Amino acid sequence: MATKVLMPQLGESVTEGTITKWLVKVGDQVKKYDPLAEVSTDKVNAEVPSTVAGRVTEIVVPEGDTVAIGTLILYIEEEGGGADQPENTPAVNSADTSQQAKTVPAQAAEGRAAVSANLAANAAPAAAGQAVSGVGPDTNGQQAQRGKQRFSPAVMRLAQEHGIDLSRVQGTGMEGRVTRKDIQAIIDNGGQPAAAAPEAAPVVNTPVGVPASAAVGQSPQPVQAAAREVPAAAGDQIIPVTPIRKTIANRMVQSKHEAPHAWTMVEVDVTKLVAFRNQVKDEFKRKEGVNLTFLPFFIKAVVEALKEYPMINSTWAGDKIIVKKNINISIAVATEDALFVPVIKDADQKSILGIAKSIEDLAAKTRAGKLSVDDMSGGTFTVNNTGSFGSVLSMPIINSPQAAILSVESIVKRPVVIDDMIAVRSMVNLCLSLDHRVLDGLVCGRFLQSVKQKLEAIGPDTKLY
Amino acid sequence: MAVISFIDAITMAMREEMRRDPGVFVLGEDVGVRGGVFRATVGLIEEFGEERVIDTPLAESAIVGVGIGAAAYGMRPIAEIQFADFIMPAVNQIVSEAAKMRYRSNGDWTCPITIRAPFGGGVHGALYHSQSVEAMFTNVPGLKVVAPSTPYDAKGLLKAAIRDNDPVLFFEHKRCYRLIKGEVPEEDYVLPIGKADVKREGTDITVISYGLTLHFCLQAAEKLAQEGISAHVLDLRTLYPLDKEAIVEAASKTGKVLIVHEDNKEGGVGGEVAAIIAEHCLFDLDAPIKRLCGPDVPAMPYSPPMEKYFMLNPDKVLEAMRDLAHF
Repeated sequence: MATKVLMPQLGESVTEGTITKWLVKVGDQVKKYDPLAEVSTDKVNAEVPSTVAGRVTEIVVPEGDTVAIGTLILYIEEEGGGADQPENTPAVNSADTSQQAKTVPAQAAEGRAAVSANLAANAAPAAAGQAVSGVGPDTNGQQAQRGKQRFSPAVMRLAQEHGIDLSRVQGTGMEGRVTRKDIQAIIDNGGQPAAAAPEAAPVVNTPVGVPASAAVGQSPQPVQAAAREVPAAAGDQIIPVTPIRKTIANRMVQSKHEAPHAWTMVEVDVTKLVAFRNQVKDEFKRKEGVNLTFLPFFIKAVVEALKEYPMINSTWAGDKIIVKKNINISIAVATEDALFVPVIKDADQKSILGIAKSIEDLAAKTRAGKLSVDDMSGGTFTVNNTGSFGSVLSMPIINSPQAAILSVESIVKRPVVIDDMIAVRSMVNLCLSLDHRVLDGLVCGRFLQSVKQKLEAIGPDTKLY
Repeated sequence: MAVISFIDAITMAMREEMRRDPGVFVLGEDVGVRGGVFRATVGLIEEFGEERVIDTPLAESAIVGVGIGAAAYGMRPIAEIQFADFIMPAVNQIVSEAAKMRYRSNGDWTCPITIRAPFGGGVHGALYHSQSVEAMFTNVPGLKVVAPSTPYDAKGLLKAAIRDNDPVLFFEHKRCYRLIKGEVPEEDYVLPIGKADVKREGTDITVISYGLTLHFCLQAAEKLAQEGISAHVLDLRTLYPLDKEAIVEAASKTGKVLIVHEDNKEGGVGGEVAAIIAEHCLFDLDAPIKRLCGPDVPAMPYSPPMEKYFMLNPDKVLEAMRDLAHF
């Protein structure tokens, strides 16, 4: 086998050389140390000596060409020939590097396959795991393992900001570590649940109660205990519990279990509101392209009352009560098989128009299955439009960890006594469930009175913008 | 735009500045008739004469000392230290005089000297022709320490150094001199000292480096891209004062940071970079801040296998980058 001769390193900082003249030609016999070629570099002119004795079989680099140190310039068939010889490497570094380089792609390919397999395997459980509380007994071992996991500062921060329960996230990092990218992917995926919507959406609801935007992030223990055997009779239909239903179940039990619910109701005369809305709704629709329903008026009144009674806009945190600065209103939006609770952020900074627009946007997103985690997180108080189902009275379950939930019932015409006379008025019931750990009847009563006054004051002077 | 080597960019910067400003002159060992041992000053003595291209005795203390004196009188000397290893006799001049001139004279005097010094190994230079000495100067307020990695940056930053009214230590990795080529505009341009530069955008890991190893990082990043790993590469360019804003931004981007330099690990520039990140963006971090550096041994060995062991290379960098990406 022919020995390779490479362009040697001719001095410090020299990286390439030009073959100015070949001193041998193909077929020549050379002795060891015989000059093979003249080479010029930036710094020196030199001869390249032969490193072996033999016959020149091929000249690779023509005269006049400039090549990098370590480039193959000619082959010499050694005397006695045939014996396999390792590459003759005057420029040790370069030659070695190129050999090492060859091994890299193989490892690389392996590594990549492993990574993508990991990703594929983990993607679904990660998304589902986020929605599903108590993933099942078969994962207990895994969870126990993960319980010992440490999280990076970035992961902790993102999980807290977005209400993600890390114990339910499957990591793709070293030994299953949850990486910042894993969390980011979950946050980003919230924007496009599409077909996987029921699985990926962490927030669902029943007709009456409203679970929190932070469906993830709460302890599932209360429900796991409830998984007991119930016999099914012949002919009964068995419907497997979907992840979304399981989440609803967990959230409801948890809220009822943790927060002692108290309940109160006021009735509000919205005759003027109804008249005003009927008067402006067509023009509003024409000008703004948004349907003017009653809900924005109710939300506006609630938000203004929350400003007056910030305690209502708070949350129980064990040894303290956190009074929220932002007023983010969770609203219930129904689909055929579930109810979602998207959030109108900073509702206190919005006009009736702004609130109406937010409602319409969130409703459209819900129906299109396009709610993001961000759309559903951060709620501080919930307004539930149960009136849309024709209900006149409901006892909503608090959207934990919020402190209270208000339901707006159907507006119905009823005979009402005003100034000792009977009048036909448009009346609505507002029901409030409150977490009695945080709130007492007094503040809630005042809060409801405030909402009532604001609603009853609505009339031609009310600003929509 | 012409593609030229790193060292040609250095020469071009000096030639242009000498033409532009008669106060600019060069002094050092063999910089005149010989054109510098690395040929950095080649052609200058022919164009500007021996009064502006001064061959000095082998006395670094005098080279820098004379330069400081001339600078104090308004000249703009470019002092060449033949190898950064030889800078030690001049350290007193640099640290005690040049760096403090403005401060101790309450701004009456400045010291617009540029001190060029080729550093780094990988050229079989052994103990006294391979050292990285930058860390010795990166805690001396009053000094600026620049270490470009590309011809474009070298020209723009050297011109900025020459025009700077305070002393600038300008370290050139000697292995880059003829290995690294790039497009350099022929027109006059200046790059800001104190600004790092994103050399490659990426999303998975952040790699921060300077000098020769910056190129290893870029080569490794190119290979890792085929594995689906996207590396963000920041070139510090100025080692003192550091561009804290750019460092924090680059680190926050991916939360996984690898700092790479040829200089020894302990007490190296990378330690300061890591401290800045830890101070400012802990809650964006997704992995321990990693450093890949030269070993903490006294100097570069001469024996080729040992030199190879001492030096970083694209494969070593690639491995460290991949490990961090998989963390």
